Amino acid sequence: MIRILGLSACIAALAIASYGVVAAAVGVRRRDAALVRSARSAAYTNFALMAVANLAMVYGLVTHDFSIDYVAQVGSRATPLYFTIISLWSSLEGSILFWGLVLSFYTALAVWITRGKLGALGAYANAAMLGVGVFFYLLLVGPANPWGLVSPAPMDGPGPNPLLQNHWLMGVHPPLLYLGYVGMTVPFGFAVGALLSGRLDDTWLRVTHRWTVAAWGLLSLAIVAGMWWSYEVLGWGGWWAWDPVENASFMPWLTATAFMHSAMVQERRGLLRVWNMSLIIATFVLTILGTFLTRSGIISSVHAFSEGPIGMYFLAFIAVVLVVSLALVAGRSSELRSDGHLDNMVSRETVFLVNNLLLTAFTFTVLLGTMFPLVAEALRGEKVSVGAPFFNQMTLPICVLLLFLIGVGPMLPWRVANMDEFKRRTRIPALALVVTLVVALTLGLRDVWGLIAFSFAAWSGAANIQEFAHGTAARRRAGGGRWLPSLAGLIRSNPQRYGGYIAHLGLITTAIGMTGSSVLQSDILATVRPGESIELSGYTVRFDELWADNQSHRFAVGADLTVLIANREVGRMDPRLNFYAGRDEPIMTPSVRSRPHKDLYVNLSAFEQDGSSATLHVIVEPLVVWIWIGSFIVAFGALVSLVGGRRTRTVSPIRRGAPVEQAV
Amino acid sequence: MTGGRRKIGFALAVVVVLSSFGYLVYGGIGENLVFFHTPGELLAKGAQAYDRPYRLGGQVVPGTMTWNAEAVDLRFTMQDVDGQIVVHSTKAPPAMFREGQGVVVEGKLNRDGVFEASTVMVKHSNEYRPPADGHPKPEDTYRSLIRES
Repeated sequence: MIRILGLSACIAALAIASYGVVAAAVGVRRRDAALVRSARSAAYTNFALMAVANLAMVYGLVTHDFSIDYVAQVGSRATPLYFTIISLWSSLEGSILFWGLVLSFYTALAVWITRGKLGALGAYANAAMLGVGVFFYLLLVGPANPWGLVSPAPMDGPGPNPLLQNHWLMGVHPPLLYLGYVGMTVPFGFAVGALLSGRLDDTWLRVTHRWTVAAWGLLSLAIVAGMWWSYEVLGWGGWWAWDPVENASFMPWLTATAFMHSAMVQERRGLLRVWNMSLIIATFVLTILGTFLTRSGIISSVHAFSEGPIGMYFLAFIAVVLVVSLALVAGRSSELRSDGHLDNMVSRETVFLVNNLLLTAFTFTVLLGTMFPLVAEALRGEKVSVGAPFFNQMTLPICVLLLFLIGVGPMLPWRVANMDEFKRRTRIPALALVVTLVVALTLGLRDVWGLIAFSFAAWSGAANIQEFAHGTAARRRAGGGRWLPSLAGLIRSNPQRYGGYIAHLGLITTAIGMTGSSVLQSDILATVRPGESIELSGYTVRFDELWADNQSHRFAVGADLTVLIANREVGRMDPRLNFYAGRDEPIMTPSVRSRPHKDLYVNLSAFEQDGSSATLHVIVEPLVVWIWIGSFIVAFGALVSLVGGRRTRTVSPIRRGAPVEQAV
Repeated sequence: MTGGRRKIGFALAVVVVLSSFGYLVYGGIGENLVFFHTPGELLAKGAQAYDRPYRLGGQVVPGTMTWNAEAVDLRFTMQDVDGQIVVHSTKAPPAMFREGQGVVVEGKLNRDGVFEASTVMVKHSNEYRPPADGHPKPEDTYRSLIRES
């Protein structure tokens, strides 16, 4: 019964979304307010329907209703409840269903917030977002239908992919990713709304500003949660492998980051109108492309992709979106002229332009490296992969340049910089850069990229902190208050700006963690008998005993280890191999001991059946926790910028007054 | 007409920057392509096969695997219908590494004809398979390790 309920909800969502698209478009043409209103109701109704469909699926999973195709695919009686619930997004059909929920929620919320305020723009934006919905609901009743009937229903199922049920982070990473990914549909929808309605001023940017920031913050968290998962689960001690799935999540982040900066240039200076439209279209298309890459099976093989129809649906949708939006942009190109021009090369907008250039080049490189093997296989029938060295060679220079610019932007004013003032501001950051370089060299660091990255991080960190320090000091002098309230007042005075600087500091923190864990890493692979130890970088890891445990949903073999520092016991670790029923090879489950200065990471690589020896991979990764911490700071920055203060962005067609640079 | 000139200059600059960047990327990809071959295909390349990274897919020849745990030294022969290559690695074999098993290794072919692998992976599919009769269950294989408590 629950199967029929879920299926009906999906079919109804498809019908109602299709109606909504037509109703909104026709309603605007005929100036029929009732029709436009009914299109908005379609958006609300769709959210309710998707909520029902998703709850039905969760109910089916939890009650082990194996007559539902999807439950029979990913469910199992032995799987713990938490992993049963999150297996909603562990496979193709369920993840599309969940996508539908997030999309319908965002659409409903965006439509509700802007209801009756934006006229044709709002109605067209609703039509565009519902149109995206039509595509996903079509998948749900067509090639990705999770509601198929399995008859007779099996008694039990295989359970979700073991990699996905081996760590709690799988309950965090995919929803964050979808929240971030799908969030990009809202600015895209309003951009299309602006193009269709001809209301090409900054309204669409201002209305969707919060959405972009929120989606970007969630996407940032999602990408780092993915890195963290890969670090905690995959067992090779790294957090990024330029895997197509990782690249898929990263590319929209790059273009969205570019967009957030270039949107400011448009709002402040009236420049880059066509560019901003293109960036948000690109960001949206990249989210769809990412889903296509991860969900069509095309990565493992072009042939796997051509076996199922879903890949063609995605390709067709991407083609439609690209053709329609590019035609719209081209059609409006004369109306999208800039109404300002670049006054001076030394200004914040110039830095933003360079930032956009670098981020675009970055996206282009990752896109090419990701797509090349697919194209090569399709055209020449040869299986190739693009090695990680390609990505590293091409993107490391871009990364360090961006890391440097994160410090330059905040120190430069809009329009024209006063060079003396700029030089005065660079003093402390420059000092930080030099001191860091000297200290790193003294400590024996010789890796060129490491030296550059650490010193640029110091430069940018100092530059961004300086902005807070100067602003706080000025407020304190003026108000005679204390430091902390002055700082809070400063942030509240312009949450968008200072939230941005907090996000900068988070990115710098992440960059420090990435640099430390890459260039300072050391590892050793050794076989030990019970009682013997492995020593690495100040740690002594003693192998005590090999054990096995027959658990309800898996069979675990583990090694009990004692960690010693200077002959003093400081803790215990237990890396394992988890064997899941029906899968040949076990899942490596490393044991990680995290400390602010370094992580100790141990993997059980191999063992003797009788427990007489174990081969352990011991890795020491300095500073790696700062990658994760940095992502929280980034998200906090996004949050501050969203809810931090009085100056809320209201829907108003009037351009804000000329920017007032704060006296420093 | 300075506006027009400025525009042309700007467009030229963009073209120059884009094409040099494109050239860099294209060259970078060419140098870093990792081809996927079977042992037979790699052998057919002769001397061309040296000094480049490759991924090699084939089967472990029964009776050829030696794993020296003390020295962390793995050696086995990989084959397909057209040929055999000896693989050496200083990594541990994957836990379910069996003779006759399909494997994928990544590394370089040394001039002595031994393939030095930096990674050794069991070829697997994510699809569920019902437990095959021939494969012993881990709870039977590692029964002696289960702790009494």
